[in-house]
Amino acid sequence: MISYAIRRTLYMLPLLLIISLFSFALLQLMPGNYVSRMKMNPQFDQKTIQAMEEYYGLDKPFMTQYWFWIRGIVLRGNFGISFATGLPVFYTLFMGDRLLWTLIISLTTMLFTWLSAIPIGIYSATHQYKLSDHTFTFFGFLGLSIPNFFFALVLLWILVAGFDVGKYGLGVGGLFDNRFIGTPWTLAKVGNLLWHIWPAWLVIGTSGMAGLMRYMRGNLLDTLALPYVRTARSKGLTEHVVVYKHAVRNAINPLVSMLGMSLPGLVSGSLVAAIILNLPTVERAFWTALLDQDQYVIMGGILFFTLFLLIGNLLADFLLAAVDPRIRYD
Amino acid sequence: MAKKKDDLNLDGRQREHVSPSQAEMVWRAFLRHRVGNVGSVIVGILVLSAAFAGFFAPYNYATQYNMYPFSAPTTFHFRSNDGFSLRPFVYKTTREFDPKTYAAYYVPDTSKKYYIRFFVHGSEYRLLGLFKTDIHFFGARAKDGSEAMVFLFGSDAFGRDLFTRTLIGGRISLSVGPLVILIVFPIAILLGGLSGYYGGGVDMFMQRLFEVFMAIPGLPILLVIGAAISSMSLSPTFIFLGIIAGLSFISWAGIARVIRGQVLAVRQMDYVAAAKAAGASDLRIILRHITPSLTSYLVVAATLTIPGMMLTEATLSYLGFGIHEPMTSWGQLLNAANNVVGIQLHPWLLIPGIFIVVGVLAFNFMGDALRDAFDPFSNI
Repeated sequence: MISYAIRRTLYMLPLLLIISLFSFALLQLMPGNYVSRMKMNPQFDQKTIQAMEEYYGLDKPFMTQYWFWIRGIVLRGNFGISFATGLPVFYTLFMGDRLLWTLIISLTTMLFTWLSAIPIGIYSATHQYKLSDHTFTFFGFLGLSIPNFFFALVLLWILVAGFDVGKYGLGVGGLFDNRFIGTPWTLAKVGNLLWHIWPAWLVIGTSGMAGLMRYMRGNLLDTLALPYVRTARSKGLTEHVVVYKHAVRNAINPLVSMLGMSLPGLVSGSLVAAIILNLPTVERAFWTALLDQDQYVIMGGILFFTLFLLIGNLLADFLLAAVDPRIRYD
Repeated sequence: MAKKKDDLNLDGRQREHVSPSQAEMVWRAFLRHRVGNVGSVIVGILVLSAAFAGFFAPYNYATQYNMYPFSAPTTFHFRSNDGFSLRPFVYKTTREFDPKTYAAYYVPDTSKKYYIRFFVHGSEYRLLGLFKTDIHFFGARAKDGSEAMVFLFGSDAFGRDLFTRTLIGGRISLSVGPLVILIVFPIAILLGGLSGYYGGGVDMFMQRLFEVFMAIPGLPILLVIGAAISSMSLSPTFIFLGIIAGLSFISWAGIARVIRGQVLAVRQMDYVAAAKAAGASDLRIILRHITPSLTSYLVVAATLTIPGMMLTEATLSYLGFGIHEPMTSWGQLLNAANNVVGIQLHPWLLIPGIFIVVGVLAFNFMGDALRDAFDPFSNI
C-alpha cells in the first residue's frame, strides 16, 4: 500500500509537467499579455519592467521561458509573480484564507451532496415506481440538465426578486454580509456564513447529487434482488433490518468509486459558483487572473486544479481500498 | 388482441413464427420508453426550429430595433372595447421615461389593433441557406397592412428580438455536441481500439496518454483555450471551430478508455478466437467482428455526450470565453443576464436558459431510452 502510494505520488510529477507545458504553450498564444500592456502604461517604471522581463526571460523564446519558470519552482519554490498585483503567485492565489475557503466549500459541498443523495436514493429504491420515486427521478434529471451558472442566476433572482431577502437585512453573494466582515466569530456570524454558503452547496452540488442519487437507487434495487436478501427476509427479519443492515451496506460500497469521478464536476462547479456568487476562493483569484491575462497566476491556478484532481483521485482510491476488502494494491 | 389476429393467416392456419431482427427489437424497446420518446420528439422540435429559424422567427437576429431596447414580451389581447376577437392582436408601444427616476417603460397605443397573421412577408432570409424568401410564420399586421413589433420573448439591450435570437442560437448550441462527436469518436475508436486490441507496449503507452488527458482540469483549461482564441481576433467561424476543438481535446480520452475496455473484453471472446483460427486478418477482425459489438455502446455514448457538450459550451459562452457576437448561442444570450439587478428588471433575458435545460433534458431522456433499448438484459 505504501509503495503504491509513493508510486502514485511520483507519477503525478510527469503528469503535472506535461499539463503545465501544454497550458504554458496555450498562454503564449495570447498576443496581448499583461507585460505588453504594462509597457504601454506610463505609470509603470520601464526599468522595472525590463528587469522583470529579464528575470522571467519574457523576451526569450517559449521553451526558455518555460524552463525559467520551472527552474524557479523547483529551485526556489517561486511560481512567478502576479503582474497585476506585483505579489508572488502563491500569495495571489491563496492569500486571505482563499485556499481555506476553497477546501471548506469543497468539503462541505461533498458532505451535503452525499448526505442528501444517499437517503433519497434509498427512499427512491424502497418506493420504486411510486409517485415519490418518479418525482425524485424527475428532479434528479432536472438537476443533471441545468447548467450550474443558470441555476445560480435563477437562485439569485428568486432570492432577490421573489423573496426580497434584502428586506431581512440579508445579502446574496460573497460569504458574509458587510456588517460581519472583519468582526470576530460569533454565533450570528456563523449563521450569516450558513446563509451565504447554502446557495453555493446547491449550485456546485446539484448535478453530482442527481447522479449519485440515481446510482444509489440503481445499486440498492440490484442488491435487493439478490438471493441473500431473500434469505434475510425468509428468516423473518423486519424490512428495516433487511434494507438497512443487509442491502444498503453492500449497495453503498460501489458508490465510493464515484467519489473520484465526481471531482472534475466539483472543480468546474466551484469555479462557476465562485464567479457568480462572488466567493473569495482560489477559483475566484484564477478567474480574475484570466480576465487580466495574468500569465503566471493562470499557470498557478491550472497547477492547483490539476493537483487538486490528482490528490482527490488518490484519496478516493485509498478510500475504495479501505471499504472494499477485495481491492488490493501492490 | 392484434397479436393473435396477426399470428393467424387468412386461411386460419398458424403463421410461421418469424423472430424480429435486432434493429426491430431495439426499435420496439425504444418505443416502450415513454419518457425517452417525449425526449426524442422535443429534440426533433428543437432541431427543426433551429434549422428553419429564418421562417419561424419573425425578424432578422441581428437587426436592432432601436426604439425598443429591453422591451418586455409582447402581450396578446383578445378583448377590447369593441368586443372579443378570436384572432389575437397586439398594440404598438412607445418608450417613455419617468420624469423623476428616468426609468424607461413602454406605453401601449390602444387606438389601433395589429392582428397576428400567419405566413406574412417580412425581412428577407435564405431558407436552409438555399432559397431566398421573405415569408415568416407569423407577424402582427393592422388592417391597412402596417406592422407592429411582436417580441415573443422580449428584446435585448439593442432592441433585438430575443425569440429570433434564441432560435438562431439553437443552431450553435445544438450543433456543438454532434460536431465534437464527429471529431472525438474516430480518434477514440482508433486509439482505444489499438490499445485494447494489441495490448502490451502499445496498450501501456496509450493508457498513459489517456491518463494525461483525463487529468486535465476541463473547465479551467477550456477557459484558457477560450481566452487564447478570443484574443487572437479570429473570425467568428474560427472561434466556433476553436471551441469545438477545445471540447474535443478534453473529452476524447474518457471515451477512448471505455472503448479500450470494451475491445479488450470482446477480444477475449470465443468468436474472435474462432475468427482468428479461421485465418481472419487483424483488420477484418476489428471491422467485422469487434466493431459491430461496439455500435450500440457508441450510439448511446454519442447521445449522452451531446448534453454534456451543450452544458460546457453554454458555460463557456456565458462566461464570455466561448461563442462571441455576432454569433450567438443559448449560453451567449444568457451573457446579457449576468447581474441580479439586470435580471430583476428584465427577467425575460433568462428564457434562453430554459432552452438549455429542456434541450439537455431531452437528450438525456433520449440517451436513456436508447441505452435501455440496446441492453439485451433489460426488459422494461
